[in-house]
Amino acid sequence: MLDNELRTMIDEVKDGRMDRRGFVQRMLAFGLTAPMATQILAIGGVAMAEGPSVYKPTKRGGGGALKLLWWQGPTLLNPHFATGTKDQDGSRLFYEPLACWDPDGNMKLVLAAEIPSIQNGGLAADGTSVTWKLKPGVKWHDGKPFTADDVVFNWEYARDPATATVTIGVHRDITVEKVDDLTVRILFKKPTPFWADAFVGAPQSIIPKHLFAEYKGAKSREAPNNLSPVGTGPYKFVEFKPGDVIRGEINPDYHMPNRPHFDTIEMKGGGDAVSAARAVIQTGEYDFGWNIQVEDDVLLRLEKGGKGKTVYAVGGDTEFIALNFTDPNTEVDGERSSIKTKHPLFSDPAVRKALSMLVDREAVKKVIYGRAGRVTPNFLNGPEQFVSKNTTWEFSIEKASKLLEDAGWKVGADGIREKDGKKLKLLYQTAINGPRQKTQAIVKQACQKAGIDVELKSVVASVFFSSDVANPDTYAKFYADLEMFQIPMSQPDPAQHMRRYHSRNVATKENKWQGVNFPRWVNKDYDATVDAAEAETDLVKRAALYIKANDIMMQDIVFIPVMHRLKVEACSNTLRPVVSGWANETDNLFDWYREATG
Amino acid sequence: MSQYVLRRLLIAIPSLLGISLVLFIVLALAPGDPFSELATNPNVPPEVAAALRTKFGLDDPIYLRYLHWITAMLQGDWGFSFVSRMNVDTLILQRLPTTLYVIGSAQLLALMIAIPVGVYAATKPYSIFDQIANTLAFIGFSLPTFFTGLLFILLFSITLDWLPFVYTTDIKATGFRWVIEQVRQAIMPVMVLGLFQAASMTRFVRSAMLDVIRLDYVTTARAKGLGQARVIVKHAMRNALIPVVTLVALQMPAVFGGAIVTEQIFRIPGIGSLLISSILSNDTPVVMAVTFVFACLVVLFNLIADVLYGWLDPRISLR
Repeated sequence: MLDNELRTMIDEVKDGRMDRRGFVQRMLAFGLTAPMATQILAIGGVAMAEGPSVYKPTKRGGGGALKLLWWQGPTLLNPHFATGTKDQDGSRLFYEPLACWDPDGNMKLVLAAEIPSIQNGGLAADGTSVTWKLKPGVKWHDGKPFTADDVVFNWEYARDPATATVTIGVHRDITVEKVDDLTVRILFKKPTPFWADAFVGAPQSIIPKHLFAEYKGAKSREAPNNLSPVGTGPYKFVEFKPGDVIRGEINPDYHMPNRPHFDTIEMKGGGDAVSAARAVIQTGEYDFGWNIQVEDDVLLRLEKGGKGKTVYAVGGDTEFIALNFTDPNTEVDGERSSIKTKHPLFSDPAVRKALSMLVDREAVKKVIYGRAGRVTPNFLNGPEQFVSKNTTWEFSIEKASKLLEDAGWKVGADGIREKDGKKLKLLYQTAINGPRQKTQAIVKQACQKAGIDVELKSVVASVFFSSDVANPDTYAKFYADLEMFQIPMSQPDPAQHMRRYHSRNVATKENKWQGVNFPRWVNKDYDATVDAAEAETDLVKRAALYIKANDIMMQDIVFIPVMHRLKVEACSNTLRPVVSGWANETDNLFDWYREATG
Repeated sequence: MSQYVLRRLLIAIPSLLGISLVLFIVLALAPGDPFSELATNPNVPPEVAAALRTKFGLDDPIYLRYLHWITAMLQGDWGFSFVSRMNVDTLILQRLPTTLYVIGSAQLLALMIAIPVGVYAATKPYSIFDQIANTLAFIGFSLPTFFTGLLFILLFSITLDWLPFVYTTDIKATGFRWVIEQVRQAIMPVMVLGLFQAASMTRFVRSAMLDVIRLDYVTTARAKGLGQARVIVKHAMRNALIPVVTLVALQMPAVFGGAIVTEQIFRIPGIGSLLISSILSNDTPVVMAVTFVFACLVVLFNLIADVLYGWLDPRISLR
């Protein structure tokens, strides 16, 4: 029903009988948000509108110096080698992608001239190709023109295994071809509803062919421009000291009108988050501090009478507790947590259900995350149109106890519940990080009251997230019953995120624990739903499928969502940054400006 | 003398080899992964991190990796940072001037406080001055630098707003103003480190001086009718400084090695902060190079200290 009505409305917009705003408002009534509505229009044949600009200055330059404080300084400036977001952030000062994401998850054009749509011939109706028109007249900082050859080169450069890029994953399954000097076409192997992956966003920034062509493949590390970027961005490169400082100056030939606002830019690295917050909010030595993961109490105190404030950006990052569906304590063919085993306690759904009732999300928010968190019953928390409204959560020790009691888990002499000789004893691991250890304590306390004994374990982050096959403490090996962390959602689309938990991706010894389904959860229903979603080009149906996938996950209690986390940044009172929860902090840097103090 | 130096240098070779082997094995056995950040990025398939590990030789057996490293090092190739994808020597040389400036000034400050205060306190033991100097020294070396550092920041940067607490390597001023700014930003770290060093050194100088000042030859010198200043400076101090020289010489490598905690607090881009960030990101080649250079410096300055003994006290002969 919704479908038919939608089609009529899209046609009305096409014929001009209904205006865009009217359409978006009607969609809101259906519980869909503006970005979703515009995407629906795009697939329905009405061009997607670019996100609105909030940029006020009417001339280029004159904004003085912009001083950014990244408490983990970028260590390299080639986006194809960026091992972490900090490196992408640094590269993005100078290099640019075709488009990026604004705070609402709308697309914003950077090097592209228009957003591909079915109407303008940019999108193939079957979802197997996307054609990008490039902005004419764009020049690299050394004066050479930016053309389709550069885009094609980036694809060749990144997909060559000998170059050892981290962007190879995006490029190896696509084909990029030059149509003419200012047009490139990306061909997908199968219908791809989310086409804005390659060349979109900071991680996919484009490097110049004329400076890197000689350094493709094994010679990639010798390229002198790895350390001195020549890009198309709003700022020109001046100096780089890895881990310490990056400096840039205004690009007088920048391709966007009246931009950039600042005359020079500096990105300083090092130190810790608290002192970074202090340098921005309290003393005003810096204009912007990145990733201020500091307890809200501290921030509130700093903000009193300070020179700055905190700003938040909503994305889809969810801190969760994952349940192990296999037995971490039994070894099968030299492998613990083997898919051939079943978890002795969690195979009883009542135990999983009880656990989900023992995570006091409200308390975690109040005590730990404060303004930087939102309580959620869902694993998938964004973009808005993919968020399920069918789920609920509650915290109740009594109900959890009753549930366990009814399922036959009786309290033993030592206060711990047991059934058939199996005691409710759990090992709960996470990475070392203040908020995480506090959350562990809150959960442990509630579990204890319900008769579940929880042993806590914390692992150094560089080990926990390591891909080292020899280490037993990685999250992928999951030699514990519960583990808590988050997987950042780096684009406004759930496909990559939800694909992980398909049963074909189970982490095993055989695939050297590179399988990304670390809870080792297998559910045929879920597999079918995700497969269907990936092939679905109708955006409304696709969103519904991902919502269903989330609901299956929550029903099975694969994850207990702890917090929907927001990005937290510190910002001076006069700076007007544009920070998207769907992109790197510097992705919208061209729109940043300083309000004249009055 | 030259024979002695040559012999010492030859002995240094096997010990440095041993040190490098131990360092390498410890680092290779230490858990962690330079590509750990890739693991949680859903954009990057896990095979990519695995391919990078293979490409950088992280999956090779330890002895092979060590052989590669040592042959490269002998040819002057310090290695290649996994994290920055640049040569390690460039990285280190970039950081060295700042470290030398900040830590060197701190050492100088420490010496300038410790020697006069220590000597004067020893000439008047248990006087009011001695008591005060002792008490301050105790407080000084009981307070860790991370504590005094934060205290200084809270006082001078936040409450009084006099000094910046983020160290910048390139100050955008020229001439006199540049010097002023350079000094201004170094005041806090230099004070924190210098006072900490000075505290322990003062006590050391004082006790060395006390040992010497009671000896007969000092009494003889006084009996000859020499003035107090001359006795102390020319006769007593020269002998008392022998142990102090050892202490200072052994601290010289630290001047190059940087001060990890202080550099982190004030965001000083020195060797110490390079070392700590490399350790945290498991950038083995950088950690290896920094620690190995450090080991070489310790060996070298030990030798220098021994040679200096001979100059300070001709009775010590070097064979």
